[in-house]
Amino acid sequence: MAEVKQLVKGLADLHGRSMESLLPILQGIVHQEQHISEDAMVEVARELNISAAQVFGTATFYSFLHTKPLGKYVIRVCKTITCMMHGKNQIIKELETVLKINLGETTHDRKFTLLETNCLGQCHKGPAMLINDEPYTELTPEKVREIIMKYKQQEINAN
Amino acid sequence: MKKNLQRLDLIFKNEHDTDVILQRTLARNDDEVINDLISSGLKGRGGAGFPTGLKWKLAAESQDDEKYVICNADEGEPGTFKDREILSSVPHKVLSGMAVCAKIIGAKKGFIYLRSEYTFLKPQLLNVIEEFHNLLDSLKLNFRVEIFMGSGAYICGEESALFESMEGKRGEPRNKPPFPTDFGYKGKPTVINNVETLAHTYSIFKYGPDKFKDLGIQDSRGSKVFSVSGDTPIPGIYELEFGMSLQKFVDDFGDGDSKAVQVGGASGFCVPRKRFGKTVIGYQGKLRGTSLPTGGSMMIFNSSRSMYNVLHNYLDFFVEESCGQCTPCRVGTQQLLIGIQAVKKGEQSSSYLDKLLDLAEAMRVTAKCGLGQSVANSFSSIVENFREEMIY
Repeated sequence: MAEVKQLVKGLADLHGRSMESLLPILQGIVHQEQHISEDAMVEVARELNISAAQVFGTATFYSFLHTKPLGKYVIRVCKTITCMMHGKNQIIKELETVLKINLGETTHDRKFTLLETNCLGQCHKGPAMLINDEPYTELTPEKVREIIMKYKQQEINAN
Repeated sequence: MKKNLQRLDLIFKNEHDTDVILQRTLARNDDEVINDLISSGLKGRGGAGFPTGLKWKLAAESQDDEKYVICNADEGEPGTFKDREILSSVPHKVLSGMAVCAKIIGAKKGFIYLRSEYTFLKPQLLNVIEEFHNLLDSLKLNFRVEIFMGSGAYICGEESALFESMEGKRGEPRNKPPFPTDFGYKGKPTVINNVETLAHTYSIFKYGPDKFKDLGIQDSRGSKVFSVSGDTPIPGIYELEFGMSLQKFVDDFGDGDSKAVQVGGASGFCVPRKRFGKTVIGYQGKLRGTSLPTGGSMMIFNSSRSMYNVLHNYLDFFVEESCGQCTPCRVGTQQLLIGIQAVKKGEQSSSYLDKLLDLAEAMRVTAKCGLGQSVANSFSSIVENFREEMIY
């Protein structure tokens, strides 16, 4: 709780305390914690002197702002038409196999979350996915395996 | 396959003369620049097609000390990816367009509203903006540009929803009028232009309105950047002359087996093979008949594709992206989806499709914003042209 308080205060100092700062602050929380907890929403409301309901309303509107905990790496596979035509289902199947989770779930070690998302604007290079902010395009099952291995290795090295 | 593409090279040509062009344009009389834009025939390239020069003129005439210029980079329409390319390869043209607009209307602050899917562009864009600010200082123009990140909401590409989002609210569109040039971001006069539109203004400053006007047909002037995807051997981004026939487009880009082209993304129109020859890409008068406006999304489907699956995918998209504010769109999108599923399963007879077409038309008339109104575009054009595929 104290940590969240510090985080929100820091973000409010950085972005300001007007309504125009709300989205940048919420994005900052997601950047740090992958999701916006209820505690964080209450804290944001206090800092900006608005109602917590208002913060909740905004936080729950946007698909890249999550109010439930997610893994450290959030994988978003594009499911819109051209990526679907070019085999996004195979990509999801491969990710489910490699990560040993189903679509919508997070791995036990809380490292990876697998989600679908709407058009990523990479239609000419589909199938495409984002891992956090990083886009990956022209995916094949082999390529997906390599990418995930790279992230897993990165995690092992970090520990 | 013989390819005879007539590609243009206005937008993506990198000439490193921003300082000269900007200095020259800023020194000109404001009315002259606006008149150039108006006579060039440039219309908004986000899809709605409002004349750009007129928009700037209206904002310039609006009386207020505080005004804003916003670049709409919330490119969310399925099948569109041109703005990403423009922002990564020629961002200085976009920024120059914003700066000239700022000088004319009297704005000191501008924003690029960048969709969160393009967060990876932000670091390089910030560098370009910093350099650009130095240039503005040397030209003595008091104008600053910031990046405002979106958070994953298609509806925020709608201009008034975008303002709401920047103001920390849910991205729910406002009633119009008042229009942004009177009541935009924070209730202040605002010019909001698509990325490509702003890049085109730079070409007009540089080459004059005539060169731009010489391209295209009738009401559709200049070049247009198309995002080509789907069943094509050459997907990608192409700058082409406005007003080409769809038949020519398919000859150039199709795989020889094209059965339909979706023009303008999920909110656009699906044109079946038999109408390729009669269809022109451009805003010829109104939205009716044989001409199609477009934000540049061109998705090609060949005969192996089920148009039911295509429509299902669009409706999934709209159900998720409807902001939920007005009933016609919130409930309508869901009922259209449930409806086509029921017909496909045989739970409803095929005549139920006519009721769904009526519903889509009702949404066109009653929905609050462009999202709900344009669901009928793809729905009706697919159901009417590929009715058997919806049933069997």
